[in-house]
Amino acid sequence: MELELIIQLGYVVAAGLFIFGLKMLGSPDTARKGNGISAIGMLVAIVAALLDQGIVQFEYILGGMVVGGTIGAVAARTVAMTSMPEMVALFNGVGGAASGLVGLSALSLDGSSFTYITIILSILIGGVTFTGSLIAYGKLSETIGSGAVTFAGQKFVNGLIVLGILGSAVMFVMNPADTNMLYAVVGLSLLFGIMVVIPIGGADMPVVISLLNSYSGLAACAAGFAVDNNVLIVAGSLVGASGIILTQIMCKAMNRSLSNVLFSGFASVSTTVTEVEGEIKPISVEDAYYVLEAATNVAIIPGYGMAVAQAQHVVKELMELLEGNGCEVNFGIHPVAGRMPGHMNVLLAEADVPYDQLLEMDDINPRMESVDVAIVIGANDVVNPAAREVESSPIYGMPVINVADARTVFVLKRSMASGFAGIENPLFYKDNARMLFGDAKESIGGLVREFS
Amino acid sequence: MDVSYLLFILMLAVFLGFELINKVPATLHTPLMSGANAISGITVVGAIALAGTGRADVAQWLGAGAVALASVNVVGGYMVTDRMLGFFKKKEG
Repeated sequence: MELELIIQLGYVVAAGLFIFGLKMLGSPDTARKGNGISAIGMLVAIVAALLDQGIVQFEYILGGMVVGGTIGAVAARTVAMTSMPEMVALFNGVGGAASGLVGLSALSLDGSSFTYITIILSILIGGVTFTGSLIAYGKLSETIGSGAVTFAGQKFVNGLIVLGILGSAVMFVMNPADTNMLYAVVGLSLLFGIMVVIPIGGADMPVVISLLNSYSGLAACAAGFAVDNNVLIVAGSLVGASGIILTQIMCKAMNRSLSNVLFSGFASVSTTVTEVEGEIKPISVEDAYYVLEAATNVAIIPGYGMAVAQAQHVVKELMELLEGNGCEVNFGIHPVAGRMPGHMNVLLAEADVPYDQLLEMDDINPRMESVDVAIVIGANDVVNPAAREVESSPIYGMPVINVADARTVFVLKRSMASGFAGIENPLFYKDNARMLFGDAKESIGGLVREFS
Repeated sequence: MDVSYLLFILMLAVFLGFELINKVPATLHTPLMSGANAISGITVVGAIALAGTGRADVAQWLGAGAVALASVNVVGGYMVTDRMLGFFKKKEG
């Protein structure tokens, strides 16, 4: 009895440490310590769980921990920062699968209908998270095409799957001895995870990955109900809340509703061809250098293209040279720049750019008028003035970084091919815009050479 | 445990989660997600009890699988988050 109390108190302490750790993530100064505190919380929870007297055999537990821990440690040490979205997607999937398995193996415990319902929920959410994350991983790492996959009758098929899940779930709860129904739920959940992610295109991945992050927490939460454990419920719902908030931020930054992201995608929006006046004005690296050399205030707006070109380190070099030249340099980071929330910030932080120079969209926009040169690196839609000016544009209403307000805009771009949705970008035709064609890393490298 | 008691905890935790996460700055959103990955590995606690029942049946194997998967999350999540947060530096001077 007393041991049981110690275990429960251990869980309470663990939950407190998780909460405190998350609170310390509120500032970059304390964040690392916060992560450590959260890890200590996890350790306390695991030790408490191991004290459980129902455990008579430790081989399976230890074996699982060693295998899983080694894989996790190797992955964490070797992953490149540009691949963080894939890594988080995989971890989401693994977490979902773990909670689903907990649900499945909790089945042998005797339980009430409520327990069976929570088992079904943890299997359902866990299964969807697992396969959905694998598809998201495939799209992010481009092992499968990153485009949206749609086919006729997709909604009908998805509807049937949902009905199938509901039907088998109800039959299982009414008659728990019939495990075939449970396996039907497992199979359909896995299928459903694939179906919900394939129609979503690469550029919408920040939303998907946030949502799956949330699901992995909710799956743990449901598993917590299934095995009657409140630390799972607390930690799971913290993660669930975190993912949902990030999802909301991403949707708001694209001026779209969640259902719009999940069920339509840009592909189905009729792309009206907007007449754009003006002409494209290319600029050479040398001329760009002369303009930058005279500049006193530069804003750099990175996008996914910077990650693809692996240009973050040369960008940092350019920043140092500009600063050495007496110029103020800031970065303007759009919430959906990159393939996951905060992707650009981590890349630039890895390249040693101080985080106080990474400004959010709402902070950089008011300053844009005093900026001499805005350098857009591999970003397109997040700087598209059509979002403000062209009412017929599919992205009209989306908040963007107003680079056109700067005196001069350099756009680093591979070619004139338009962004993922084929939306024309009137920015390129503005009087103050100059196109610097070529690989971003090479173009910036060229600028760096001109400076030194 | 009583169902209403568990639901009560759920409700409080969800509200607390919203309050806490809203205060995390955008610049830390990637470490927040990987840190959340690590925390969702809490499911290891549920898996441990199920893997150690001593009955040589499927449930135990499933539990062991769950322990392994959740350990990937716990160890990998915390380590990669720590690695990332180590990059974030203030401007010197």
